[in-house]
Amino acid sequence: MADNEKKLTKRDLITVWWRSFFLQGSWNYERMQNLGWAYAMIPAIRRLYKTKEERIDALKRHLEFFNTHPYLASPILGVELALEEQRANGADINDETINGVKVGMMGPLAGVGDPVFWATIRPVLGAFCASLALAQNVLAPIIFFVVWNAIRMSFLWYTQSFGYKQGVNITQDLSGGMLPKITQGASILGMFVLGVLVPRWTTMNFVLQVSKVKNQAANVVDLHHLTNAANNGKLSVDQLRNVIDQVVAGKTVDTFKVTTLQDTLNSLLPGLAPLLLLLIVLWLLKRKVNPIWIIFGLFIVGILGYWAGILG
Amino acid sequence: MSAFFVVLFAFLAGVEGILDEFQFHQPIVAASLIGLANGHLMEGVVLGGTLQLIALGWFNVGAAVAPDAALASVISAYLVTGPAQVEVNTGIAVAIPLAVAGQVLTIFVRTLTVALAHTADRYAEKGSLRGVEMVHVIALIIQGLRIAIPTMIVMAVGAGPVRDALGAIPKVITGGLGVAGGFIVVVGYGMVISMMATPQLWPFFFLGFALSAVTQLNLIAMGIIGVVIALLYLQLSPEFNGRGGGPSNGGSSNGGDPIDDILNNY
Repeated sequence: MADNEKKLTKRDLITVWWRSFFLQGSWNYERMQNLGWAYAMIPAIRRLYKTKEERIDALKRHLEFFNTHPYLASPILGVELALEEQRANGADINDETINGVKVGMMGPLAGVGDPVFWATIRPVLGAFCASLALAQNVLAPIIFFVVWNAIRMSFLWYTQSFGYKQGVNITQDLSGGMLPKITQGASILGMFVLGVLVPRWTTMNFVLQVSKVKNQAANVVDLHHLTNAANNGKLSVDQLRNVIDQVVAGKTVDTFKVTTLQDTLNSLLPGLAPLLLLLIVLWLLKRKVNPIWIIFGLFIVGILGYWAGILG
Repeated sequence: MSAFFVVLFAFLAGVEGILDEFQFHQPIVAASLIGLANGHLMEGVVLGGTLQLIALGWFNVGAAVAPDAALASVISAYLVTGPAQVEVNTGIAVAIPLAVAGQVLTIFVRTLTVALAHTADRYAEKGSLRGVEMVHVIALIIQGLRIAIPTMIVMAVGAGPVRDALGAIPKVITGGLGVAGGFIVVVGYGMVISMMATPQLWPFFFLGFALSAVTQLNLIAMGIIGVVIALLYLQLSPEFNGRGGGPSNGGSSNGGDPIDDILNNY
């Protein structure tokens, strides 16, 4: 009996894994990832079904509508591989079961993948590497690429293998166990890091002058004596030491004390302006305003602010 | 030679713009590669980092298509690191309209692919595995060309006309765009937050916001703090442990988002 049993080889599983990287290649508005899904399943179809009729049936049932987060398709692929393998060996698994499992899993899994991968891991990793890039570090794009793909490729492999081993049981395991925890934990980290980034990496400089007062002579570093002494060739170590002491004591070198709107805002709460801007943007996004229009709007705000001398 | 690699990287970015797997379309990768091809790696890396911050929240959810990072980063990086040697600020400013153009192009290709999906159906009727595979690969190549062809057009126009066109923009506009470039990242953050935010999560945002003023804590330190807080939450929250505690603790109510409520009342 064992001789006749159709079995997917390790190599088949690896090929499916590799092909799952191209899941969205033929994304279309009618059935979305359907063709990419079939493309990923074809190595298994080739192994399990040898007659033309069987292959036609298999292709048709895997060209049905499918759409989920591209990485979370892997556990579903694993389950479907297990189902197809059993079916090829004569188990009573009909088309409805196979499609039912696909459709049943794709919704909930997409709901996990979007916040974890798109809204947490990629922004956090991207923001970290962007900070390196802005500091002119050539490693930034390499770190981004390597870390992301290491996470992604191992995730795709392990979840596909997990789905293949578990078969249909996986649906219960996922909903009851780890996934909600991972989603919640990742979201906490994501929101925390975003809280850090919003004030830190948003540059809003209100250069508008609120006040300009002459600093009291007692608070200004005495540079006149120093320059006079230097020009007369009588500069002494003591004079230099005296000036440095004045600087260390916190005296200013400027004759005028200029307070910009930004200084006022900073003394109120650092990052206040970016926070307010963020809340406005969130409100607009809630109103379903297209993000691109918001960006164009902010460009106009920037141009007007620059022209009026408020922003710089 | 560099032209060949620019087109190759443009093609890869286009492919990844739909696949979203290797991330060749993300600005930090795409702009660096284009910079490398043009022999100005560092400008590419810096431009990529800047655009990456703007594009943090650009991702496709379900069938909705986000602004296209691929076209924006490839062409803007070509203008900055290529023969035109456009300033980084100007590069950022042109990236935004390009992101819209790329978005329109991908919607067009995704519609075109409906016809290809039907071609695949016909191969399936014949049981042709190879035929179905081929159609899929063709669709993928079209997505690559979606970025490669516009890039070639810009390359064909040449540095002179592009620089002249961009040079004709008055100082108020370029200065203003530079200023705006500093804060349009907020839209990206907003897009990420509006997708994640729940009542339980907002406190963590404000904790991060308050700690952000402590500049001695760099991002790695912040990451460690964030992971510790997340682990603590998972350990202590009745949502995950409270078999006995359950509803009496009321920690996991699914009420409305308080910030949203405030925003909506406006």
